[in-house]
Amino acid sequence: MAFAGNFMNPAPLWHNGPSPGAFYSFPANTTSMGPSRETVSDFKAHSATPITTTTTVIGLKFDKGCVIAADTLGSYGSLARFRDCPRVLKVNDLILLGSGGDYADYQYLKDIIEQKIIDEQCIGDGLNLKPKSLHCWLTRVLYNKRSKMDPLWSNYIVAGIQDGEPFLGAVDKLGTAYEDAAIATGLGAYMATPLLRDAVDKGPIDEETAKNVVQKCMEVLFYRDARSFPRYQLGVVNTNGVTVSETIELKHDWTLAHMIHMK
Amino acid sequence: MSSIGTGYDLSASQFSPDGRVFQVEYAAKAVENSGTVIGLRGKDGVVFAVEKLVSSKLYEPGANKRIFHVDEHVGMAVAGLISDARQIVETARSEASNYRSQYGVPVPLKYLNERVSMYMHAYTLYSAVRPYGCSVIMGTWTDYEGPQMYMLEPSGVSFSYFGCAVGKAKQAAKTEIEKLKLADLTVKELVKEAARIIYIVHDELKDKQFELELSWVCKDSNGRHQLVPKDMAVEAENLAKQALADIEDSDEGDI
Repeated sequence: MAFAGNFMNPAPLWHNGPSPGAFYSFPANTTSMGPSRETVSDFKAHSATPITTTTTVIGLKFDKGCVIAADTLGSYGSLARFRDCPRVLKVNDLILLGSGGDYADYQYLKDIIEQKIIDEQCIGDGLNLKPKSLHCWLTRVLYNKRSKMDPLWSNYIVAGIQDGEPFLGAVDKLGTAYEDAAIATGLGAYMATPLLRDAVDKGPIDEETAKNVVQKCMEVLFYRDARSFPRYQLGVVNTNGVTVSETIELKHDWTLAHMIHMK
Repeated sequence: MSSIGTGYDLSASQFSPDGRVFQVEYAAKAVENSGTVIGLRGKDGVVFAVEKLVSSKLYEPGANKRIFHVDEHVGMAVAGLISDARQIVETARSEASNYRSQYGVPVPLKYLNERVSMYMHAYTLYSAVRPYGCSVIMGTWTDYEGPQMYMLEPSGVSFSYFGCAVGKAKQAAKTEIEKLKLADLTVKELVKEAARIIYIVHDELKDKQFELELSWVCKDSNGRHQLVPKDMAVEAENLAKQALADIEDSDEGDI
């Protein structure tokens, strides 16, 4: 090809002059097949922003299990777009999963996790996935995606019973993971975590107390988080198994609102 | 089989002059050597029962299972070469999983059956492969369609059944199944019938040891395929043994 030269991108006819086939600069000429300027790039653009998002998910450990709560709003930017986006998932009889962030990414992972559980049941040896394993698996999946510069834009809280003991762990969209007795993602990390920690630090709490604290947090978050919603789901995992509630309606009262003045 | 040795049985891709494909027939013969497998479709679900012949005392109890889960809602009982059958199970599982990921709903048995039977059929068409030496029965129960059951043969044909049997004693088993009013029976009754049939058709002289496998997919199990609960399986098995003993007693009385 030395004789023909680079016929896909021929040299200009004269110094600083036009190349053959590129006398006119039509947009269509800018494909990689076109004879005009070099436009092929070696990098690949990925979606770098979440689209339909969900807000805080909170998790709290109690003496014999864990609770997880999350509202059911799917926001499209600041628009309250979808009102029924459940995101507290019963994975199996030992694991409860909550998610916040991009809803599509959650749905994608949910399908994969559900198939994992089916595959496991098909083996039929009676062994079940445990929360620690799912937590670890999630860190690997999310870290792997972020390492490809294409993160799954969502946070997860894994709650469950690990060998008889309650387990509560969080994974963020980069695969960063930790375990704690009280976890809140998103804006809740700022506003719910202090409330949850207050409750936990007083000593071991029972299921009823934990539910009440979580309910209080959902209320506070609804008042202060502009992407929140008064309908939420509460998931409980204890030694009896996993239950995810129907949608719960939060009671709210804005009669004091007129007394708040922004300075 | 008079045409043996005529050379027409060497390949699955060649007909004999009288229009048969011998390799497929041999595969069917392979299935007839296996322990009996029956499937019963009742009012509110499907029951599978397998006479699993234990060829060596050295196996652990429960080894070489012949009833498999394909998806949450689909069960499969297999007769024939166990290694061939396991591959069919694997194919069915991946088809079920594929369907789920594409359409977001559990695969209807009709479509799963179509895919798996076309897969088995493909292995009857080429000289480079041999047909599968197994027959499988698939069953499910859904709220909207009720119980469904299909039996697939090595030739790739499959039909929907009320009751079916494959393996060594399929004729005897079919005769027994035909005596049942399948459409009126619940799975709880069918479990007992299924266990009884397997015990009756078992040939003690030729095959000494066998294990009974029982599973169901029904309304009471929320459309999930699962092994019959232990206490119920034990009860059914005891009743079956009793029924067999009664028959033997009355036989002696006749003499």
